[in-house]
Amino acid sequence: MTDMDLVNAVSEGRPRRSWTFTIGAVIVGLHLLVGLSTLFWTPYDPSAMSGGRLEVPSFEHLAGTDRLGRDLFTLIMIGSRIALTVGIGAVIIGGLIGITIGLIAAFASKTLDDMLAAGLDILIAFPTLLLAMLIVASSEGASLGTAIIAIGIANSAIVARLTRILAKRVLAMDYITASRISGTTWLGVVIIHILPNIWPTLLVNLALQFGLAVIAEASLSYLGLGAPPPNASWGRLLQEAQGTVYSAPFGAIAPGIALVSLVIGINLLADGLRDIADPTRRRRS
Amino acid sequence: MSPLLDIEGLSIHAGGKALLSNVSFSILPGERLGLIGESGSGKSLTALAAIGLLADGLRPSGSILLDGKQVIGARDRDLVPLRGAVAAVVFQEPLTALDPLMKIGRQVGEAVRRRARRDGGATDATSVMSEVLDLLDQVALPQPQRIAESWPHEISGGQRQRAAIAMALACKPKLLIADEPTTALDVTTQAEILKLLGQLVRERNMALLFISHDLPVVAGAVDRVVVLRHGRIVEHGPVASVFRQPIHEYTQSLVAAARAFDNALEIAP
Ligand SMILES: Nc1ncnc2c1ncn2[C@@H]1O[C@H](COP(=O)(O)OP(=O)(O)OP(=O)(O)O)[C@@H](O)[C@H]1O
Ligand SMILES: [Mg+2]
Repeated sequence: MTDMDLVNAVSEGRPRRSWTFTIGAVIVGLHLLVGLSTLFWTPYDPSAMSGGRLEVPSFEHLAGTDRLGRDLFTLIMIGSRIALTVGIGAVIIGGLIGITIGLIAAFASKTLDDMLAAGLDILIAFPTLLLAMLIVASSEGASLGTAIIAIGIANSAIVARLTRILAKRVLAMDYITASRISGTTWLGVVIIHILPNIWPTLLVNLALQFGLAVIAEASLSYLGLGAPPPNASWGRLLQEAQGTVYSAPFGAIAPGIALVSLVIGINLLADGLRDIADPTRRRRS
Repeated sequence: MSPLLDIEGLSIHAGGKALLSNVSFSILPGERLGLIGESGSGKSLTALAAIGLLADGLRPSGSILLDGKQVIGARDRDLVPLRGAVAAVVFQEPLTALDPLMKIGRQVGEAVRRRARRDGGATDATSVMSEVLDLLDQVALPQPQRIAESWPHEISGGQRQRAAIAMALACKPKLLIADEPTTALDVTTQAEILKLLGQLVRERNMALLFISHDLPVVAGAVDRVVVLRHGRIVEHGPVASVFRQPIHEYTQSLVAAARAFDNALEIAP
């Protein structure tokens, strides 16, 4: 058996899905299932007084009730939907803007590239939340839409900077030059070589941005700058539970668990996805 | 016969510094020219300038006619169709010459498909694949089917370089530029690749611009040599006369070093 045979034998084995991927997929899938189901059905009417005030968890109210006697489990389920909407929306907006600007910078002349890089550094110096607050404050009142756009724009700077660096590294490779010589256009180079090569790393970062977007939305809602009622964002649930956190701690713990579990789930999923997306890592995993 | 590549008074400047000064040479169709010089002498820059792919910030001046068309000052859009039809390059480092995230078959297939679109040939998956396998066979890769389905990291350096040559051939170029294609390989593999290149160039009547810092390697592969030092041409002529009677002291030292190496090999048991 030669060295080559050995390498082939090892790499031909199916990529072993890491446990991170499985756990991440289960957690995110659960949130997705719950979030989607609230479009058709919730245990109780989310705005109705369905029990006593600040009840502890029971069979009727799995997560207890809030100050107004509303079922917390129902509100948290709806919170899943809102968190996922914001996460997906912000990642799409941040990804599209960020990847586009990053690629432009990577291909641009030195002057334009320097200008873009400096602009991105300034944007990144602002905390995401502060930037999102500024955008929300300067728009027509808070809504789910403005929150998504604001968080998406705030995230796009980080995505752009990463895309620029990754694309530049790929652009310096001989196979790009060879491909250019054989007559590939810039767009062709981007689609055939650059995106596939930067995708695994970018994917992990986008997942990170997804998690940050979920947290940012919760923070905006906590500050009253997120989706207005009756949208039950986890951030607003946390804020409402704040006053009674000592007498009824579960009102703060339950949405907190939901928030943390989704963010962790997304990150685990991304880690697993990277190993599957990158064939040069399969051998080792 | 008009030259395929005609370089006249080419200089390249970067931030006020001259990296290449007044370089002139030409290559006729089917001719094989060697470009020799030590590391940093400007060999790769000359090759990249020839196809209009100099990095940003490097300013060329003079004249470069590639298949009769001026490259210096041309817009990239006008160069794209010219490049593919005229020239192809094989690089020094086989590891970076192939996209790590594309199987060999698809990678060579991309080049085949681009050529087919250009010439109006068939671009369906079956004909592309059969040409890919044919090309892999021509560069003497064993088991073309298996190689086509491999990732670049799954084959050896010599095999990667053969795959890169297959990609270059897929373009059916009139001029093949080989930028130190064997430097990263061991001596045996080096000799095999050189033999393969020589054979392919002869069979297809391609012109060859062969870049190397290794005089003996160049000697067997080309008809004429250009010796470059610090960005200037110090010697230019048929390979035999340059070797027999090197004029410039730099070339003399190169030839002497090569002789000493040969003698050492003969004395060795
Ligand atoms: N993008 C660039 N910007 C500035 N200087 C450059 C650039 N590319 C190359 N150079 C310089 O130009 C000179 C010639 O480089 P070139 O790559 O042509 O050398 P070479 O003869 O191919 O050497 P080697 O045998 O090591 O490949 C070097 O001094 C190098 O530092
Ligand atoms: Mg070089």
